[in-house]
Amino acid sequence: MATIDIGKAGALHGGHEHHGSYLEGKGGIWSTIWDWMTTVDHKKIGMMYLVAILVMFFFGGMAAIMVRLELWEPTRAVAGGFEGNILGHMFGEGANLGKSNEFYNRVMTIHGIIMVFLVIVPSVPASLGNFLLPLMLGAKDVAFPRLNLASWYVYLFGSLFAILSLLSYGVDTGWTFYTPYSTTTDEGHVRVVWMVTAAFILGFSSIFTGLNFVVTVHKLRAPGMGWFDMPLFVWGIYGAAIIQVLATPVIGITLLLLLFERFFHIGIFDPRLGGDPVLFQHFFWFYSHPVVYVMILPGMAIINELIGAGSRKKIFGYRAVAFSTLAIAGISFIVWGHHLFTSQGEVASVVFSALTFLVAIPSAVKVFNWIATLYKGSIILTTWMLYALSFLFLFSIGGLTGLFLGSLAVDLHLHDTYFIVAHFHYVMMGGTIIAFIGGIHYWWPKMTGRMYNELAGQIGCALVFIGFNATFFPQFFMGSRGMPRRYASYVTEYQFWHQFSTIGSWILAAGLFLHLFNFIASLVNGRKAPANPWGALTLEWTHASSPPIEHNFEHEPVVTHGPYDYDTVLPAQTKPGDYVLPRPAAGGAAHH
Amino acid sequence: MATIDLGKHGAHGQVPANDDRPYHERYHAAHHFVDREHEFDAVKMGVWLFLATEVLLFSGMFVAYAIFRMMHPEAFINGSGYLDVSWGLLNTVVLLLSSYTVAAAVRHAQTGNQKWLRINIVLTFLAGLAFLLIKLIFEYYPKFVQGKLPGKFFSYPYAENPYEPLFWGVYWGATGIHASHVIVGMGLFAWLYVRARKLHFGPGHYNAVEGVGLYWHIVDIVWIFLFPLLYLIH
Repeated sequence: MATIDIGKAGALHGGHEHHGSYLEGKGGIWSTIWDWMTTVDHKKIGMMYLVAILVMFFFGGMAAIMVRLELWEPTRAVAGGFEGNILGHMFGEGANLGKSNEFYNRVMTIHGIIMVFLVIVPSVPASLGNFLLPLMLGAKDVAFPRLNLASWYVYLFGSLFAILSLLSYGVDTGWTFYTPYSTTTDEGHVRVVWMVTAAFILGFSSIFTGLNFVVTVHKLRAPGMGWFDMPLFVWGIYGAAIIQVLATPVIGITLLLLLFERFFHIGIFDPRLGGDPVLFQHFFWFYSHPVVYVMILPGMAIINELIGAGSRKKIFGYRAVAFSTLAIAGISFIVWGHHLFTSQGEVASVVFSALTFLVAIPSAVKVFNWIATLYKGSIILTTWMLYALSFLFLFSIGGLTGLFLGSLAVDLHLHDTYFIVAHFHYVMMGGTIIAFIGGIHYWWPKMTGRMYNELAGQIGCALVFIGFNATFFPQFFMGSRGMPRRYASYVTEYQFWHQFSTIGSWILAAGLFLHLFNFIASLVNGRKAPANPWGALTLEWTHASSPPIEHNFEHEPVVTHGPYDYDTVLPAQTKPGDYVLPRPAAGGAAHH
Repeated sequence: MATIDLGKHGAHGQVPANDDRPYHERYHAAHHFVDREHEFDAVKMGVWLFLATEVLLFSGMFVAYAIFRMMHPEAFINGSGYLDVSWGLLNTVVLLLSSYTVAAAVRHAQTGNQKWLRINIVLTFLAGLAFLLIKLIFEYYPKFVQGKLPGKFFSYPYAENPYEPLFWGVYWGATGIHASHVIVGMGLFAWLYVRARKLHFGPGHYNAVEGVGLYWHIVDIVWIFLFPLLYLIH
């Protein structure tokens, strides 16, 4: 058993029986596996989600690499090279492969669906959120532990449908399932049906998690923890959870109607029968626009913790950041029409364009507050802090280019070009995934009880940063010059930037693989993590061991200071030498 | 602090085995709650959030209805003319009565009146069954035979409006999703009955009865909206 340094609590209650870490095996290998499969412990469920999401991220990333590879040449399908082997069999339906762009369409759709539904939507909330929410609130578990486990199995079940569809050659509808592609193509096959079913089922998983988190935040805060004593991570997860609960049912009914449409041709989305295909777009984006904030809010939530701990300073404007989370959640429900500028009426477009600009305000409030927090902070440049700084840089680009797209006149020019592709990758990958990777580094010692190699982490971060920008920045150029998205071939004028972008994707992949090896090395042979290696002030660091015991805390924590009171409180459970990098010159947090 | 194995069994509550009081008196709360009241509050909030998701699920259906009725008012008025108001009204009454019985069940759970708790659970289950049978025998079946079916299965020869299949699409979609909720509700009442027989419910411990009751009310309310929108628009 790990000898757990429980710091103050342990000293006060010496002689109290120590409990084992949550990672400790339960006898033999089979009983340990069974214990994990039936666990209602939020930490184990969070870890299982983390592994599953990272596996899916690998597949989605491989699909992205293939998409970039295909775009190396203007016309020739690289896909032809797969003829006859298993990849050709999976995606090309045999001999047609070299002659069609099927391969490209399917791989692109696979990339989109996996990354959106299986990776980014559940990424932060289901893994880190699950693990950390109760710890940060000082609770023993989420409000409904069995519902939490159910959400995990529903996620697996939904993924199974997606994989089945994939194995039977996949779909080429794009992740948006627009009608009539999704209702009329793929006649005589069930793979579109399977993919839509997968998205429908995954929605339940999302609702279960969101509902659980909302109730947990409302009902399970530790004694002494008011709403404005919560770490901002919790606020971000809470905002995202509200959107998950309120938006996901709408995609549920939409996909259900889509299935009815496919099976019975009920005509709802078919103009020949009096229906309206644009209605599908409205329904779809009524969910899918709020959901992009389900994707980004948890990323922003992580950044709060990283910036606070990494600059040893109180987060500037705590309440402004907290309320901007709620503002983003609220506004997210009234801007869906900006995805339909070219298909809806003019007046509606003008209104939605104006509303879209509203969402920039709370987003900017957050970014400005983080920058103000950095100002005169004692910044420690750990891997996760580098990721937080990358986030500020990349998310700002992603957010500001969003304003171009929100302006009606400019959007008509940029609509359906690589400009959009670059924009949402800067937000989704440069925002959420960058924050996610940073968060995994930050909480890695807490989750696994091991330290990772700092130097390898920093090199990985640099590769990811360079590779990401090399991949996606050229796409702004291409998009503004008219390169349309979703095409397998293009005119030769774009080749230079396409190749630039493809090379960038390799650097990006190299950085991500370096992180993967670093984590594996840490698990195999990493230094044992102290309870509070970063000297942070949230409860998971100050009151729980690394890794935490099965019931999180030896004693119910009582909150005596704010989550970012670095100027007045000396972090508990931290000893000199705990930092991987030397402490700031001032000699610690208590100095200011 | 002596109970160590909470992680695994905590969610089922801490129930000492050697105690012959009824379950609901022995049950304290799942380990991560302070007490039963705390747990009750959390469960109730969870149920209300779930109800919000139900409202939003049906809202998609209602939006589709509103848009197509606006686009093709004649098709909807024609289609609605084929629906039999009397059977719809009877089903409305059946569901309203079941609203009363389920409320009574909650009340009897609160006071610990086990016999009437069980009776009211059974009555509500039967009302759900009656609703489904009426729907199936007197509404779905005749329409199925006459070919008043959605989309490509529509084969009713005397349709007066080209968009009538769309009306039937909305009709079958909305009532079908509602009927599936009734079926789920009946399953929940069967589960409640089994638990009630084991004396799981009593004063201070009736979360499940209350939660299922709230769910059943939302099923009723959806029907209260569907009935006039589909049957009473001439």
